[in-house]
Amino acid sequence: MDVAAVRRDFPILQQTVNGHPLVYLDNAATSQKPRPVIEAIRHYYETYNANVHRGVHTLGTKATEAYELAREKVARFIHAPSAEQVIFTRGTTESINMIAYGFARPRLGPGDEIVTTAAEHHSNLVPWQQVARATGAALKFIPLQPDGTISLDDVRRTVTPATKLVAIAHVSNVLGTIHPVREIAEIAHAAGAVVVVDGAQSVPHLPTDVQAMDCDFLAFSGHKMCGPTGIGVLYGKRKWLDEMEPTYFGGEMIDVVELHQSTWKETPWKFEGGTPIIAGAIALGVAVDYLTGIGMEAIRQHDRALTAYALERLRRVEGITVYGPARAEQRGGLVTFNLEGVHPHDLATVLDAEGIAIRAGHHCCQPLMRWLGVPATARASFYLYNTEQDIDALVNALQTAKEFFHHAIG
Amino acid sequence: MQLDDLYRQVIMDHYQHPRNVGELAADAITVDLRNPSCGDEIKLQLQVKDGVVTDARFRGSGCSISMASASMMTEAVKGLPIAEALALSRSFRAMMRGEEPDRDLGDLEALQGVSKFPARIKCATLAWQALEKAVRPQPAE
Ligand SMILES: Cc1ncc(COP(=O)(O)O)c(C=O)c1O
Repeated sequence: MDVAAVRRDFPILQQTVNGHPLVYLDNAATSQKPRPVIEAIRHYYETYNANVHRGVHTLGTKATEAYELAREKVARFIHAPSAEQVIFTRGTTESINMIAYGFARPRLGPGDEIVTTAAEHHSNLVPWQQVARATGAALKFIPLQPDGTISLDDVRRTVTPATKLVAIAHVSNVLGTIHPVREIAEIAHAAGAVVVVDGAQSVPHLPTDVQAMDCDFLAFSGHKMCGPTGIGVLYGKRKWLDEMEPTYFGGEMIDVVELHQSTWKETPWKFEGGTPIIAGAIALGVAVDYLTGIGMEAIRQHDRALTAYALERLRRVEGITVYGPARAEQRGGLVTFNLEGVHPHDLATVLDAEGIAIRAGHHCCQPLMRWLGVPATARASFYLYNTEQDIDALVNALQTAKEFFHHAIG
Repeated sequence: MQLDDLYRQVIMDHYQHPRNVGELAADAITVDLRNPSCGDEIKLQLQVKDGVVTDARFRGSGCSISMASASMMTEAVKGLPIAEALALSRSFRAMMRGEEPDRDLGDLEALQGVSKFPARIKCATLAWQALEKAVRPQPAE
């Protein structure tokens, strides 16, 4: 992988921030966009902007073809058996809510269980809390090991015949842990439960094969994988999607509308009520082309090498605590940490003054922060355009922050 | 971007040695507030007698700016009639918007630099939000 060439594809990286070259290490929040993706949005609006699935005119046909082509590209990218199993949504959060409302709520009741972990993003926890409240089902948690991993024995102990749904992130956005979703799916299926995988942090970074993973649903966001904001995906097994209720009712999603009742289109269109995010979907297709061109295996290796380098360099910083699994092989491309004596917000401000963008706070994981016993953490997250020099800049700036604060506090 | 504009000596002093940390008697007005976007928390307690803030204490966790601001706020409002405490809060918020303070804000003026760091303004205003919540007249039932 030629990182220098990759970097040239990302116009935003060519700037200085606060007088320093931008070092963007907040990729788990959102990734930057390569020129072809930005161009695709412009090209759509400048040459064939039209609504999809309605017009007879030329532009309408062109827009519809491009929109459906994007669906096919995404399906190939995740190895879905068919393009009809790819539903365009606004992002991971909406995808999971659609499963919660359209699939889980009608099926669950008192005595049933939903199994998840305390490390989930709020987007993969709060919807299940709501389902539990509405249906009387119980919410259960697979315990976390001290390094944030989970053991399959614990999964076997937590999942029971009463378990109807297991919801877990493939990669944790705080600890970076890569969870064994395939084995978890096996255990869940043996108990008769379906598996919902939050792929927000995995699909952008790891080769994804929904059939090998054997998940029942997969949710992810375009904006973390070089695509625009406002577009995401819900993948599901055919039979579940066919049985699942739409969430939004109205235009686009209907078949026959009468005064008192209506019927829906087939999957996936029954889930795409209203005018969809057309330019976003098309641009996501281009993002997928871009990532495929570089190769997801190459991106994974790049992330892993950077993570290994970051772990090694950060561990040598005095006063640092690094959270999550010890080895880069067990992790996605991110490192979460705290620096003794410097609150993460203060740290982020000091780093920002050096042009370095990291995330500080609870990362939408308040229960996990409680489990870690800290109010907040700092997180550096990597992607295909990051370099070892970026990590060197981070480590040097941590040193600056320490000195600044120790001096300031005197 | 000048870090020294933000992290003034007075702020660091309050951060390291926060004033008025602790709890008041059970009849004190208590407000628990958090900033959901970053996780900063404050529990503010005020003793109000005859419309005057006679004592103030807080506990919290957060960054240097939020904790220093809470420490300074408790010092500043002690002894003030409620109306004046609210007026002070308005002046402080105006300062956070980048306006020149319309009165002498004492130590609080050390926080003026925060206005140049938009991402950190909410850190500085958390304690003031708690103050306003504590003393603002409640709508009638
Ligand atoms: C693991 C995980 N799940 C869910 C989400 C929510 O994604 P979105 O905000 O794009 O819906 C995120 C994004 O921060 C995430 O990291």
